[in-house]
Amino acid sequence: MAKGKKAPEKILRQVPFCPGCGHGIIVRLVMECIEELGYNDNVLIGKPVGCASLLDNNLAVDTFTGAHGRNGASMTTIKRLKPDMLVVSYQGDGDCYNIGFSETMNAAYRNEKFTVIAVNNGNFGMTGGQMAWTSMPGQKTSTSVNGRNVELSGMPIRVPEMIAHSFDTAYVARGALFTPAEINKTKSYIKKAMQAQIDGVGHSLVEVLSPCPTNWGLTPLASMERIVNELVPYFPLGEIKNKGGK
Amino acid sequence: MGDMVKGNIAMGEAAIRAGMHIYCGYPITPSSEVMEYLSWRAQEAGRQFIQAANEGEAMYMVYGAASVGSRVLTASSGLGISLKQEGVTYMAAADYPAVMINVCRYGDGLGSLESGQTDYKRETRGGGNGDYRNIVLSPSTVQEAVDLVYLAFDLSEKYRNIVVILTEGALGQMMEDCEYPPVKEVPFYDWAFDGKYTHGPYPSQMAVDLHAKGMKNNEKRALITENEQRWEAVGVEDAEYVLFAYGIPGRVVLGIVDELRKKGEKVGIIRPISLWPFPQKAFDSINKNVKGFISIETADSGQMLEDVALYAKKKGFGNVPCYFISSPPGVPKSKYVLENFEAIKAGKVKEVF
Repeated sequence: MAKGKKAPEKILRQVPFCPGCGHGIIVRLVMECIEELGYNDNVLIGKPVGCASLLDNNLAVDTFTGAHGRNGASMTTIKRLKPDMLVVSYQGDGDCYNIGFSETMNAAYRNEKFTVIAVNNGNFGMTGGQMAWTSMPGQKTSTSVNGRNVELSGMPIRVPEMIAHSFDTAYVARGALFTPAEINKTKSYIKKAMQAQIDGVGHSLVEVLSPCPTNWGLTPLASMERIVNELVPYFPLGEIKNKGGK
Repeated sequence: MGDMVKGNIAMGEAAIRAGMHIYCGYPITPSSEVMEYLSWRAQEAGRQFIQAANEGEAMYMVYGAASVGSRVLTASSGLGISLKQEGVTYMAAADYPAVMINVCRYGDGLGSLESGQTDYKRETRGGGNGDYRNIVLSPSTVQEAVDLVYLAFDLSEKYRNIVVILTEGALGQMMEDCEYPPVKEVPFYDWAFDGKYTHGPYPSQMAVDLHAKGMKNNEKRALITENEQRWEAVGVEDAEYVLFAYGIPGRVVLGIVDELRKKGEKVGIIRPISLWPFPQKAFDSINKNVKGFISIETADSGQMLEDVALYAKKKGFGNVPCYFISSPPGVPKSKYVLENFEAIKAGKVKEVF
C-alpha cells in the first residue's frame, strides 16, 4: 500500500504554477531537503524574476526578491554576512543563464558558498515562451517561430559543465523529473549541494530539466517524453562535480 | 588640528567609524581611493569588503547586504552610478537603507576625468524607474564630507532610504585637515531577514497593496522634506542678488560673496548641503526685494537652477528672474564667476526662468 508523505511544514499552500509544470515538484524537493537538513529556521531563499516569482507568499521562510538575474550577487553578500544561514538561490534558466549570466558566473567564479537551483525549461516561461539560451536547435518559441537557428543564436548553453570544469566550485549536478527514480536522484543532488554549502566546501549548483507544457504546446506526458528523447541527450544527467565534504 | 587627509580616503574612514559592515564596489576614477582604502582598512577593522565584477553587480551585492540588516556602502562616479540604478530602485521598492558615494566626474557617456556637477538631476530625482527619491547630501570640504558620511548611515536607517553623498572629483582628490568622529560598532538591524521568517513575507514586491504603499512612500518623503533640509546661508537678508552653489563651487562662491560684501555689495549665497530635500526653507530669510537668483554649477545647463526656480515660485518669489552661470568642468574660477555676475547685473544676460 502506498504511503502518504506529509508536505514540508514551510510550504504554506500549493504554489500556483501551470498544470504539468515541474516547478511544483522542485520546490517540494528543495523544501524537503531544507527540512531534513534541519534548516527550517535558518534559511533564506533567493527568489528570481520569472515563473518562480510565484513563490511569493507561499513559503514560510525568508524569501529575498531578487532583481532579474542578479541573485548571484545578492546571495553573495547575504551568505558572507550570515555564514551560518543556509542560502538557496532558486532561479529559472532565463534568470540564471540569460539575463543573470554574469552574476551567476561571477558567483561561481568566486566560489561563493551558497546553492543555486537552476530550473531549465528551455524557454522564458513567465513572459510567454520566448527563446532562451537553453532552447534546443530548431525549437519553436515565440521569438523563434520558425525554429531556433543556432547559426544566428548559438548552441544551447550548458552552464553546469562550465562552472564545474572552469571554476573551483564544490558540487554541480543535473537532474530531471520524468520518473520517480529521477525525482529521487534529483533530490539527492539538491541535498548534497546544500550539504556542500553547510560544510563550507564551496559553491554548488543543481540544474533540473523541467517540463513547460503550456509554452511547449504539449501535454504533460508528452513534455516528459520530450525531456527524455530530446533534452537528456544534450543535457546529460548526473553529478558533474563533487569535491566531497570536509 | 586634525590630519591632512585625501577626500576619498576620509570618506572611507568615516564609513568605518559610522559602523559600516561591508563595502561592495568597482573601481572608477576619481572615486577609486574610497575602495582602495577600504580593501585593507575594512579587514583591519573587522568589517567586510568585496570587489565586484562591475558596478551593477556591486549594487546587487549592496541589495543583498541591506536585506540582512547590515550597514553597507558603495562608491563610484558618474557612469558607474548609472550602472547601479536598477539595484537602487529595487532597494527603494524594498525600503532598504544604504549609503552610495558619487565622486562625480564631468560629462555625458564616458564623461571625463575632470571634476563636475553633471549628475545633480539623476541623484535628486531618483535615477531609476519608478517614483522614489534618495536623500542627497553634498559636502564642500573634506571635513564636511566626513561628517556627512557619518550622518548618512543614521539617516539611511532612520528613513529606510538610500542616502547619496554627491561630491566631485576635486573634493575626492584633494587633501585637507580633518578630524574623525569616534568609531561606532552597530549591530545588524532587527527588521531584516534573520533566516527565521521573523517578519513574515516582507518585503514582497508583487503582492502589496500598491495604493497603500504609494501613500506610505509619500508620507516618508514629506517627513524627510520637513526634517532633513540642510544649507549654509550668508548675507541673504539684505541681498539684491542671491547666488546658489553647492559642493566645491559653493565654497568658491562663499569666498566671492565674502569679498563682495566687504566692498559693500548686497549679495548673498545659499549653499545647499541637502540637494534632496532641496533646502526650500532657506528662502524664508531672503530679502523680499531681491532682484535675482543665480545658480552657479560646473554643468553645461542649469540642473540645480530648475530647483531654485521651482522653490522660488513656491516661496513667493515667482517674479524674480533666475540666471545661470555655467562653469564646466573642474573648479570655477572666481574671476570667471565675477565677470558673469557683473554681466547679469548690467542686464547683459537673459534670465533662464
